[in-house]
Amino acid sequence: MAAAPTDIQHRSPNIPALGLRFLLLAGLSILLLVIDHQHNHLDATRKAIGAAVYPLRIVVDAPISLWRWIGETAASRNELKLENSRLNAERLLTHARLQRYASLEAENTRLRAMLQATAGVRDRVRVAEIMSVSANPFRHVLVVDKGTRDGVYDGQPMLDADGVVGQVIEAGLLSSQGILISDPDHALPIEVNRNGLRTIAVGTGEYDRLDLPFLPNNADIGAGDLLVTSGLGGAFPAGYPVAVVETVTRIPQEPFAAVSARPAAALNQVREIMLIWSVDGGTETAVTEADNNE
Amino acid sequence: MSKDRASRRLPILASIVFALMLTIVPLPDAASPFRPDWVALTLIYWAMNLPKSYSVGSAWIVGIVLDVAHGTLLGQHALALCFMVYVTVKFHLQMRQFPLSQLTATVFALLALYQFILFWINGVAGVHAAAATYWGPVLSGTIIWPLLSMLFSGLRYRAHSRV
Repeated sequence: MAAAPTDIQHRSPNIPALGLRFLLLAGLSILLLVIDHQHNHLDATRKAIGAAVYPLRIVVDAPISLWRWIGETAASRNELKLENSRLNAERLLTHARLQRYASLEAENTRLRAMLQATAGVRDRVRVAEIMSVSANPFRHVLVVDKGTRDGVYDGQPMLDADGVVGQVIEAGLLSSQGILISDPDHALPIEVNRNGLRTIAVGTGEYDRLDLPFLPNNADIGAGDLLVTSGLGGAFPAGYPVAVVETVTRIPQEPFAAVSARPAAALNQVREIMLIWSVDGGTETAVTEADNNE
Repeated sequence: MSKDRASRRLPILASIVFALMLTIVPLPDAASPFRPDWVALTLIYWAMNLPKSYSVGSAWIVGIVLDVAHGTLLGQHALALCFMVYVTVKFHLQMRQFPLSQLTATVFALLALYQFILFWINGVAGVHAAAATYWGPVLSGTIIWPLLSMLFSGLRYRAHSRV
């Protein structure tokens, strides 16, 4: 019975100035939409609200992290030994490859010096963990646990072990949002590794397909060609694998060929990504492991 | 009195925060197109039952937070939620009298309205997506509504009787 007065209060039909309040708020929303769509003046606001959402992301991520932690802690000794030996073998293999790479790189620098070209760009890498992926089907966005405090900046490239994943669109203080290359709004300057043919790869909204809409019918491209970043456009360093061409459909009466490619990175399976900092003229590729406790 | 109000508001705020968490929790690829609009459903319930405390203003603030969480244009979800809650509050007396089946149909219409505004703003802003992706949340939201409203009415009466 204690609830009676409030119930009567809520039963009164008139909500004061509801229409007016709605119109004001709708106008404000539209104003925000226009400002946000045409300029980027609202970044500070976004960051402030993003910081408020951060604890929620932590809480949401906690059970998943806990589950993984339990899985790792409870893994049997045998499994760990197996994994250890597998990793050791893998490390040996990569090490051997890296040796060859070092000599190639030295040779490349020498040749570039002979050609009086600028020295290639060296990269610094840092691992970041993915906290959540976009809930929005038409927006392929993910959130990682590194922010401006760790030196993340807007437009920074994100990679996984196999290729380009996307780029940072919004660096917050503690976490950042990145757009995947499969987002329908994302376009990436690429070249065909085999012959240097330059074009642009556009996201389709599907995790396993990119479109190359700007290739003429007579372009020298075929299924199986590896596409790498061209470095043009400035956002991505050159030479990272992006995708492998899957199908090339040439329709004689159409001006452009329909080319689709499969991203090299496993866009919907990654758990960790690498953030790349381009360091000009460095002598060594520094790899900083992220300080996550796993 | 203020403590009174605070203790009555707490469960409602908690439900909204929980809805936000459910919105950003990762789901498997197959299920994510059918993620219900938890926030929209929660706001419909509270706007229908407590329209004096929770109407367009709260919806707008929650919408802005949702925009940041989704990385969409600032104001998109705010406008959509605001309009949906406006319609809800406008018809809240009728909706309270509806039997469950009719109310569920109304919720379907409200969710479709919400998705339509999102779709419309996406169209104006040039964000393209298959039309089918907008229907998943509407359908799953309608299916989940009867359960959710039962849960919330339990929550509400417990909160009231504790006062």
